[in-house]
Amino acid sequence: MSPAPFSPASSGTLFRALFMLIPAAGLACFGWIMARRVRPLLLAAPDDRMRHVPRRLLLVLKLWLGQGRHPRYLLAGVLHMVLFFGFLALGARSAQMVVLGFRDGFAFPGLGAWYGPAKDWAAAAALLAVAVLAVRRGVFRPARYAVPPGLGPGHAGEAMLVLGLIATLLVSEGLFEASQLAATGAPATVLSLPWAFKGLLAAAGTGTLAAVNLAAYTVHDLTFFGFLCFLPLGKHFHVITSLFNVFFMRVETGNVKPVRHGVASQQLDQLPSFGVKRFEDFTWKHMLDFYSCADCGRCSDHCPANAVGRPLSPRFISIKARDYGFRLYPLAGPAKAEPAPLVGGIFSAEEIWSCTTCGACEQECPIGIEYIDKIVDLRRGMVEDGLVPQSLQKPLASLEKRGNPYGKLEKKRGEWAAAAGVPVKSAETGGTAPTLYFVDSVSSYDERMQKIAQATARLLAKAGVDFMVLGKDEKDSGHEVRRFGEEMLFQSLKEQNTEAIRASGAQRIVTGDPHALNALRHDYEGLPPVQHISELLAEGLAGGRLRLRAAGDGRAFTLHDPCYLGRHNGIYDAPRTVLDAIPGLRRVEMEGACRDRSFCCGGGGLNLFHEVPEAKRMGVARVEQARAAGAQVIVTACPFCLTNIEDAIKVAGLEGRMEAVDLCELVDRQLEP
Amino acid sequence: MEIMVCVKRVPDPAENEIGVAPGGQDILRDDLVYGVNEWDNYAVEEALRIVEREGGSVTVVSVGAREQAEEVVRREMAMGAEQGLCLADPAFEGADGQGLAAILAAAVRRGSYDLVLTGALADDGAAQVGGMLAALLDWPYASLVNRIEVRVGAPLVVGREIEGGAQEVSEIDAPCVLSIQTGINEPRYVGIRGIRKVASAEIPVLGAAALGLDPSTLGARVRRLDYFVPPAGVGAEMLEGSVDEVAGKLVDLLKAKGGIK
Repeated sequence: MSPAPFSPASSGTLFRALFMLIPAAGLACFGWIMARRVRPLLLAAPDDRMRHVPRRLLLVLKLWLGQGRHPRYLLAGVLHMVLFFGFLALGARSAQMVVLGFRDGFAFPGLGAWYGPAKDWAAAAALLAVAVLAVRRGVFRPARYAVPPGLGPGHAGEAMLVLGLIATLLVSEGLFEASQLAATGAPATVLSLPWAFKGLLAAAGTGTLAAVNLAAYTVHDLTFFGFLCFLPLGKHFHVITSLFNVFFMRVETGNVKPVRHGVASQQLDQLPSFGVKRFEDFTWKHMLDFYSCADCGRCSDHCPANAVGRPLSPRFISIKARDYGFRLYPLAGPAKAEPAPLVGGIFSAEEIWSCTTCGACEQECPIGIEYIDKIVDLRRGMVEDGLVPQSLQKPLASLEKRGNPYGKLEKKRGEWAAAAGVPVKSAETGGTAPTLYFVDSVSSYDERMQKIAQATARLLAKAGVDFMVLGKDEKDSGHEVRRFGEEMLFQSLKEQNTEAIRASGAQRIVTGDPHALNALRHDYEGLPPVQHISELLAEGLAGGRLRLRAAGDGRAFTLHDPCYLGRHNGIYDAPRTVLDAIPGLRRVEMEGACRDRSFCCGGGGLNLFHEVPEAKRMGVARVEQARAAGAQVIVTACPFCLTNIEDAIKVAGLEGRMEAVDLCELVDRQLEP
Repeated sequence: MEIMVCVKRVPDPAENEIGVAPGGQDILRDDLVYGVNEWDNYAVEEALRIVEREGGSVTVVSVGAREQAEEVVRREMAMGAEQGLCLADPAFEGADGQGLAAILAAAVRRGSYDLVLTGALADDGAAQVGGMLAALLDWPYASLVNRIEVRVGAPLVVGREIEGGAQEVSEIDAPCVLSIQTGINEPRYVGIRGIRKVASAEIPVLGAAALGLDPSTLGARVRRLDYFVPPAGVGAEMLEGSVDEVAGKLVDLLKAKGGIK
């Protein structure tokens, strides 16, 4: 088949020069913008992201190439996937088109005959997706995208512009190809844009076809480089950065970044400053997060703080910081001085205290943007500057002096055991056992939560576990202390506990408190293996050591997944296995709000001492979700969840109609004598 | 503005279970943990804010056994006070309020302070040192201060909380002594890191001789006879019923007793 009698590269010297100039200017402009964008990353705090490369590559395959988290929002997700795969398929074609402007017949080696139909259908699907997205953006306007007052203009305009640019690229490529095919009489891929356009151009003469071809080419070339340079200016930067952002994303859950990467906890005293106070205190990965945010709103859609009207929307942590970074490091001219510290400047103190570190935002983000570490780092800066709410200063002082947030006496830490009904050995009085039950502060001291500790002790005894507690030598695990930014106090608690645990000779640790579990697993080093009691119960039931009576009251039970059991430690099935082992128990799920989409109760530890302004308690919202699922009993496996949910049942006026119970209490109730 | 703030080491009732020792002469001290008297934190914070606005420096002073006084002085230096001062001498042990005021007055006279702040009272005290200190110095005094406005070349303006939650505003000439009420500000947090940062700061220690005090004049003139926990009285009324019923009864009672209108 002979080539078309026209082509961009043979349209005369002027056009040839233009088609070399456009890419040269476009690439120069893009390079300049990218160099300016990279600049703050080079000045940022270090971040250790080069370990676990195989796991990172797997994440790239799953979340970037596989778009693994997109279907969690089915319509938007599938539309995005069509566009994403369309981009991938058409990337080579667009690059080929650029070269065709000055070199006829250029083709990438390796892209054989299959590529033509593949990119044609990808383009057709992408154009269809663009049309649906435009209607969705323009007519249906999902609430998730709305920008609250005071947080700047909405981004519907940018979204529509980009949809227009994408459509322009797709149509111009289609016309470019169709005009060639019409001139040569070659067949077009059926049901593709060139196929449709070729039909329209069937009657055109060669002169018209040549003009259409040249015009389509020019439009494509200009749009392509215009789009490329536009990407780093706003939320579409993610088109470029998401690959890197996913590669460098969090590979472990439950952990918190060190105060400064590369500085061991013993050397913290040498650091001149703690936490994030100014923009360059963020790590380069955290800046990359800001650049990568596509403003899709999924984080905030699942943020419990946002849902109950607290002054926090994770999406705007990213967007405000991104815009701030853009202002500090403009595309032209020197970097600007920061007008104010971040907290008190673009962020408010209450905004930063609003987070319960539940992790719902990170679980939802399709491209691995992190929030917990940033919040903790901002708090570290606030703590160092003394900006701690009064309501938190007392519990922190008590933790420092007494090892518990209530200021209660150390010697009373083990007093709950007297009413357990089974002997509880304590390392305090020389007791030894292979299993250590780490109780933590709330179950040790809170009168209501002591019942969990007592039930746990009975279950351990019944399951034949030889266990002990540390008694007064146990200190608060420091889990919340660390997440509230008081790193040095956490380090002190960690040292005391580590020493006591090692001295006890325990070979494994069991805890009923997911916060303690998470701290001992992820924040401590060099301890024996740590299990949550629900895992141990599931094993005990399977092994026949625990036998349960039938639940006889016909009520529906639902499991509230504690954030630090589920999302942060991946323990979803063990508590369900335990519940399902109770004969006759009817269990319902809070569909859409269970497992990794569980909704935080309001948070543990220090969250109990600090109330951020809110329209509704998170616990109340959670109780309503359970009620909507048809449950009368909310089972949880965390003393903080139980505290918040029991309170919420009272606040919601549902006493007598709803009940909250800890998994251990429930199993203890159902034990066969 | 040169400001001295007097602080005291006390057992915080929020972190301790206070019991009376056998014999009634003291409380049980075995399991106590100590900290800075809560009111004094507000006084130090206020002094720091004045200095941040107006310039000058803050000196924190405490009377007590050397290590104990140093512990609280260092903690307040971690808040940002530039200088610390410990007033320690065996002769100071057992001093009553008047004795403490005399010791502090001697320390104040050694410097050139424009303002001396104390907490309005201490968890274990009798709310008397501020007033006696001002009298011994013959300086003007305002108590229960919850607002301080510093004006250039003019007397200070101080707000005082008075009975019933009303606010009184007065002028007072510097140098003066002010006793500070909680709520005047939100004291900044001091953690382990802050204290370690000032761990090597020099804190001078002055005894009776250095202060020019005659130990024989410092003995307590008020002597404690007894501590005891009074028996529970009668008159408490438990309201029973559902939450709504209890709330209704409570509102009725408060109305009946004039608590609400």
